[in-house]
Amino acid sequence: MAGKIATRGAYGKALVELAEKYPELVVLDADLSKATMTKDFAAAYPDRFYDCGIAENNMMGIAAGMATCGLKPFTNTFAIFAAGRSYEQVRNTICYPHLNVTVVGSHGGVSVGEDGATHQCTEDLALMRQIPGMLVLNPCDGNEMTQAVAALMEYEGPAYLRLGRPAVETFTDELPDYSFELGKGVTIAEGSDVTVVATGMMVNMARKARELLAAEGISVRVIDMHTIKPLDEELVLKAAKETGAVVTSEEASVLGGLGAAVAEFLGENCPVPVIRHGVNDSFGRSGTAAAVLEHFGLTPEVLAEKCRKAVAMKK
Amino acid sequence: MEKLFGKDLSVMAYRARLLAVDAIHRAKSGHPGGSLSCLDALTTLYFNEMNLNPDDPGWPDRDRFVLSKGHCAPALYAVLALRGFFPVEELQKLRSIEGHLSGHPDMKHVPGVDMSTGSLGQGLSTAVGMALAAKHLGKAYRSYAICGDGEVAEGQIWEAVMAAAKWDLDNLCVFIDVNGLQIDGATRDVMPTEPLDKKLEAFNWHVIKIDGHDVSQILAALSEARRTKGRPTAILMATVKGKGVSFMENQAGWHGKAPNDDEFAIAKAELESKIKELEEN
Repeated sequence: MAGKIATRGAYGKALVELAEKYPELVVLDADLSKATMTKDFAAAYPDRFYDCGIAENNMMGIAAGMATCGLKPFTNTFAIFAAGRSYEQVRNTICYPHLNVTVVGSHGGVSVGEDGATHQCTEDLALMRQIPGMLVLNPCDGNEMTQAVAALMEYEGPAYLRLGRPAVETFTDELPDYSFELGKGVTIAEGSDVTVVATGMMVNMARKARELLAAEGISVRVIDMHTIKPLDEELVLKAAKETGAVVTSEEASVLGGLGAAVAEFLGENCPVPVIRHGVNDSFGRSGTAAAVLEHFGLTPEVLAEKCRKAVAMKK
Repeated sequence: MEKLFGKDLSVMAYRARLLAVDAIHRAKSGHPGGSLSCLDALTTLYFNEMNLNPDDPGWPDRDRFVLSKGHCAPALYAVLALRGFFPVEELQKLRSIEGHLSGHPDMKHVPGVDMSTGSLGQGLSTAVGMALAAKHLGKAYRSYAICGDGEVAEGQIWEAVMAAAKWDLDNLCVFIDVNGLQIDGATRDVMPTEPLDKKLEAFNWHVIKIDGHDVSQILAALSEARRTKGRPTAILMATVKGKGVSFMENQAGWHGKAPNDDEFAIAKAELESKIKELEEN
């Protein structure tokens, strides 16, 4: 694949490619199909696409009802509306009865850019992770997204899938040992001094931070944690034992998401220094995606600094 | 099962009322007022209108029902038990840690419950989804729901109403239980939801107004809904909150309160007497 594509772009293509194989797939959107990239599915399969208008809560309920009748609905809107506005619909009407609905939150994180704080959802991973039985996914590039969507087609139960707005470099297709499995993190690069457990677009930044630190003689292991729930505890435990320090990195609030999941688990099972890299309990702001990411310190340089700190905290 | 009509339906509705109030009394909590007001409609759906099979609750071609006003679960549970989905004795474990009859309907654990509900305003959307799925799959089954007249203050109800009209869901039929009362008092004072007929007609629904305690009117309305093509039907049923128990009737205070032993004795006597009276006439 190589090159650059937004995870939302890869998602839209995957839906179209999988439609023939999975006739039970239906796609619902809330007047954002041109942004969530379900527009291609809508054009190719108009009788399987339901535009619910600007009414996300109703969309979640419709999807739940359809799922009870044997269909496999994917609901689509921005992350802030999927996980935020419709949190309780997702909790009570989709997850409590454990229905086979994939809730897709596009434009996750602050890399939404110019639209600013009202549209930059940093809480979705934390919110969705709280719900019993919810699978929470945040793929890092186009290749991983394609595989995640394929895996979701075979999955039975409620799931949350975060998509990103900006184009990101595709790299997982060039990793020799890469394979995708729901609930299993991927060790992207080996290392012995500290482990970065990253998700979404921060995985590639972790690779760059690793290069920066290699020049200083610090050996960084990088884990791609595309599935935030259920957490791949075995892989995290192994990394904590072998490297003795962990830095989590996510384009999301440091409260309640991947960082919290890792810290909670290690605190109870293998207490080592854990530093959470993400948005520090703050609303987003307008700017280009690159400028906003830099503003919040979501860069390889800041991540590298977190790694130095974690290494220094080791006894 | 032979379909029930007329007096037989009314008797069954009163038997369900007695079971529901009994269960709430045993549980020492629950919602009698709205359970009693919707029971004639609910009984008519399960003993006449709907295509279903208690021996195969998940039968894919069955008609669907969503109790959007999920706090009236005792009414639904009583009807499901009488219809044979589970033993009537189970009702004694309403809201108990023993058994599965949660305070609000739980589709994962209670045979015959098509959708878990309880959070007001959300159920109607799922009934829309079921009707839409039937159209999508080319199936003949119909989708039914009961909403409360207080519940329709929730904005999501109107999102669902719009969507049902958009997709011409003539396989969807929704009762609105217009008992005029909610927790904080009269619906017209808490948040006026009337005129429901004009609102729903403006949203391109077919609207029928009936007496919600007259089973012949309920049957006629359901028949009219089935004959109505190209749009969904709302049946606005005027009801009495607490119907059948004199001291509960038209009292907002009985929205979510269980009768004590003395009160239950009176309620039981009144409901048994009504059943006897219906059976003898």
